[in-house]
Amino acid sequence: MALQTLDIIRRSATTTPSPGQRQTQEVVKLIDVSKCIGCKACQVTCMEWNDTRDAIGTNHGIYDNPTDLTENSWTVMRYAEVKTDRGLEWLIRKDGCMHCADPGCLKACPAPGAIVQYSNGIVDFHEENCIGCGYCITGCPFNIPRLSKKDSKVYKCTLCSDRVAVGLEPACAKTCPTGAIVFGTKEDMLFHAEERIADLKSRGFDKAGIYNPQRVGGTHVIYVLQHADKPEIYDGLPKDPGISPQVSLWKGAAKPLASIALGLGILGAFIHYVTMGPNEVSEEIEKEFKDEK
Amino acid sequence: MKNDPKKLLRYTPFERASHWLTGITFILLALSGLGFFHPFFYPLCQLFGGGTWTRILHPFIGVVMAVSFGVEFFNYRQLNVMTPSDWEWLKHIREMVAGDDRNMPEAGKFNAGQKLLFWLLAICMALLILSGIVMWRAYFSFLFPVALIRFASVVHAVAATIIIALIIFHIYASIWTKESIRAMLYGQVRRAWAKQHHPAWFREMTRGEK
Repeated sequence: MALQTLDIIRRSATTTPSPGQRQTQEVVKLIDVSKCIGCKACQVTCMEWNDTRDAIGTNHGIYDNPTDLTENSWTVMRYAEVKTDRGLEWLIRKDGCMHCADPGCLKACPAPGAIVQYSNGIVDFHEENCIGCGYCITGCPFNIPRLSKKDSKVYKCTLCSDRVAVGLEPACAKTCPTGAIVFGTKEDMLFHAEERIADLKSRGFDKAGIYNPQRVGGTHVIYVLQHADKPEIYDGLPKDPGISPQVSLWKGAAKPLASIALGLGILGAFIHYVTMGPNEVSEEIEKEFKDEK
Repeated sequence: MKNDPKKLLRYTPFERASHWLTGITFILLALSGLGFFHPFFYPLCQLFGGGTWTRILHPFIGVVMAVSFGVEFFNYRQLNVMTPSDWEWLKHIREMVAGDDRNMPEAGKFNAGQKLLFWLLAICMALLILSGIVMWRAYFSFLFPVALIRFASVVHAVAATIIIALIIFHIYASIWTKESIRAMLYGQVRRAWAKQHHPAWFREMTRGEK
């Protein structure tokens, strides 16, 4: 979805600058897992605001519902029952797009303008430019984008770019009844996170910390985790996610260089032709078969 | 068009048809694939009706090429077995490129360069088909872990670059060696041409004559 057009800092499959005259403040959605009660209000309000409706699924015997992100469910609560040094803990994580500073989806996308990054840090899909190749799914370190079977376009959390553009907070942050989801400038959110971590540490969570993975340049959705040393216990939150080296190789400097090499190959062939001349039948052999011409 | 009895049959109608089917599908695949290769080439997607149509069509054209290349592969694989004389031929490749073929070992129906090209194309095609299946998001990607899809994406791009380079070489060689495009278009070659470029094949074809 697009509202802003003057504050794009990166645009998929585009090698020239994007309209980025306007500089906006970098924003962050801070999700404090320790405050989450798993009520799923954020899931409901996400569907309400974005007007997406998932098909009614089946009960899998666990709280996760739906059990995974879909093209209609851009955020889901993941419930993990984990034994820690504090006993049995119920760790509930709101999953969805992390809005990486260095987005693997955008890097992988071959369609110009199908994925953009605003100067406020939001990574947004412009589905009208999407061609449905699924390269963003290949590029994403967090397994977030989902391809729709209905229209073969990919969908994911927009961080309510439409709301943020007009000065509102994302719908999930607005609705969260415990204040587990808060939204603001990156600076404010990091400050707030420090307060939360200090509070958690004072209550015995020695390893409390933020989840703001640096190999993707940091994210614009940041978690406060009680056990920041073990993010994987939060239903498989990757420990040190980054854009895969294979994706970097696939989408990096190799391709322009290969393109130039192919161009030089054609030029080289032409030069060979005009310097060496064609490879023809010799006069000698032509004479031998004179009667057959 | 009547066959000229003095000329030698180099490619049967079936061989010509499968060659050009492979050739046409290759061109379509290269153009559509380049569209996703780098943003610079994205406008090529317009030739196929835009990005989405290109994304839909590319793998299906790939299936056609896989079949027609497969037919050619099984048709030609025995003729392309490298012999000691072929390795000798490759040692003299510099002279050949310089346009002097007097010291080249005698080539059969295919010379060592053509044989080497054949095997390199076959390797690239195998890699492209396998990696292409893994990348085919609409029908197959969901079967594979993302790490394999990433690997396949790299393999597909590398193999595509190599095969395009090989085909540039192949097309140029046919332009450089006069009358060889006619051979693949109409099937027949002059005896003089055969003796010049494929002397061993020439003798084989004319054995018992004269």
